[in-house]
Amino acid sequence: MNLEASHLGCERGGRTLFSDLSVSLRGGELLRVAGPNGSGKTSLLRILCGLLSPTTGAVRWGGTEIRRLREEYSKQLVYIGHAAAVKDDLTAAENLRIACTLGGLRVSPRQIQQALDSFELADLPVKRLSQGQRRRAVLARLVVSDSLPLWLLDEPYAALDAAAGRLVEELIDGHVARGGAVVFTTHQDTRVRASRVIDLDA
Amino acid sequence: MTAQSVKWFWYASPQTFYPVAGVIARWCGAAAAVLCAAGLYIGLFVAPTDAQQGEAYRIIFIHVPAAWMSMFIYVVMAFWAAIGLAFNTRLSHMMASALAPTGALFTFIALWTGSFWGKPTWGTWWVWDARLKSELILLFLYLGFMALQAAIDDRRRAERAGALLAIVGVVNVPIIYYSVQWWNTLHQGASVSLTRAPSMAATMLTGMLVMALAFWMYSIAVTLLRVRCLILENR
Amino acid sequence: MLEAARCIVVRDLLVAWRRRSDVATALLFFVIVTSLFPLGIGAEPDLLRSIAPGVIWVAALLSCMLSLGRLFAADHADGTLEQLLLSSEPLGVIAAAKALAHWLVSGLPLVLIAPLIALQYDLAAPLYPVLALSLLLGTPVLSLIGAIGAALTLGLRGGGVLLSLLVLPLYVPVLIMGAGSVDMAAAGLAPDGQLLLLAALLIVAAAFTPWAIAAALRISVE
Repeated sequence: MNLEASHLGCERGGRTLFSDLSVSLRGGELLRVAGPNGSGKTSLLRILCGLLSPTTGAVRWGGTEIRRLREEYSKQLVYIGHAAAVKDDLTAAENLRIACTLGGLRVSPRQIQQALDSFELADLPVKRLSQGQRRRAVLARLVVSDSLPLWLLDEPYAALDAAAGRLVEELIDGHVARGGAVVFTTHQDTRVRASRVIDLDA
Repeated sequence: MTAQSVKWFWYASPQTFYPVAGVIARWCGAAAAVLCAAGLYIGLFVAPTDAQQGEAYRIIFIHVPAAWMSMFIYVVMAFWAAIGLAFNTRLSHMMASALAPTGALFTFIALWTGSFWGKPTWGTWWVWDARLKSELILLFLYLGFMALQAAIDDRRRAERAGALLAIVGVVNVPIIYYSVQWWNTLHQGASVSLTRAPSMAATMLTGMLVMALAFWMYSIAVTLLRVRCLILENR
Repeated sequence: MLEAARCIVVRDLLVAWRRRSDVATALLFFVIVTSLFPLGIGAEPDLLRSIAPGVIWVAALLSCMLSLGRLFAADHADGTLEQLLLSSEPLGVIAAAKALAHWLVSGLPLVLIAPLIALQYDLAAPLYPVLALSLLLGTPVLSLIGAIGAALTLGLRGGGVLLSLLVLPLYVPVLIMGAGSVDMAAAGLAPDGQLLLLAALLIVAAAFTPWAIAAALRISVE
């Protein structure tokens, strides 16, 4: 598996966030995108997962442009963005099950329960959970996503306490060790050493 | 890529199109003035007085060409919108945005002149009642397009959203037209014959065609001037 | 594909159920609007009978339009819309599923309540099935076309009014055919033509609008 971004340029609201950015990623690699707020980290991640079209350049997966691949490409990745991406009125378990079905993953109720347990989440409607718990409910998806080669995570450590943060680090580590690729953005210091770093501040 | 296709995309660049647009606009503007004068002359002086309506019918020389243009411009707008979405060229989107106000203007003129004149008692012009209602809906389609583009701050999203709306609209326009026409037959009575085309004196038809051509030249001129403004705005 | 579609319909129904009051208000709007007309126009039976199909249809249209705002806005706000765009199923299927869920929650109740409303207007008994059938065929089209508008106006200020401006012109054929079918039946003529046209509109809408909705969503989420 092979993600290749060539000569990406991004313009938002009249500002050029970055231009002529090229990066390629293979299995077993961990890419960290660094940069201050507003430098385009989220935009880059969204371009890589196909939600946003770059102003110039293209992203290719296995040689084919992701624009042409559409669902074929989406099937192979999990994207966790800033937003909670859970329905407040449903429980964490229900949300996770839906996310898996939409992502084409077959998971048993036991696996879902395991995922939630590892993040210590109760089976309550999400609106009754705290901010940190909500974040954990979203990240629980990573536990069942080991079959997806590409993980794109926007600020995965935000709003997490130390224990949950360590768990996420382990999950990322494990995924990379298994041959998956992870791209993540973060402000915080992390013990996970990235194979590569893109600094959008430069 | 053939030499032909390269040439088209050369003009798709706003910078190269800017001067070309200016030249075309000037010529079309002049043509519009001449044709308009000719058309009005035919309409007001040459065409014979109508047996039933007297002189008042002459407003059709504005109403009918305006109605034709309003629909023609919508189709052209949708065409540029489709090109813009398919090839991702900014100039195509600008053309679509520039056409809308002119199209809306002609729709409004058609409505206004039509309501002055569309008297239901004039037997051979029944079909225009359905058209007036369709024109009203067409006006809303234009206004919706303009409102949508105005409401979105992000230029790119505004262009593409408007383009999609224009395409959805153009598919619906025939459906709307025929459903309104059907509604008209139901409510105005079955004695009206819609299949027989009203017969018109040759000069009346000529007058309307000349005016239509005049409006067309005007539309091209005004649209290209607007495109030039858009090019400058978006540099 | 069906798995994901079913998942979304169930999800939306579940969310609607847990927010029952939101759904009920749209229905209540339909009932209130139709009850206002006799108050405003006068209770003369002949007059009411003749305006009934039009009034009921217009009220259904407006009620449907009011609920369109909820179609994608909630998903957009909590971030689930992005995940829908990244789903492993074609976005058109997802869009169709959302429209279906919307119809089940906002359109189908109207079909079921319409006969009660028609009672207020003293509509002749043989017209009830025609009215119900016309609404049954027409309201899904309203949901489908409305979804395009909802997707285009996602997150915009002045959203609701702008949505109405965009969507109402496109609703006109459905309104004409729907109310027209009942009018034809009231005049003693067979409403088959209009009902078949409504069915045709439904089929065409079901075939083509999902892709337009998907395109609109992609444009709006960027």
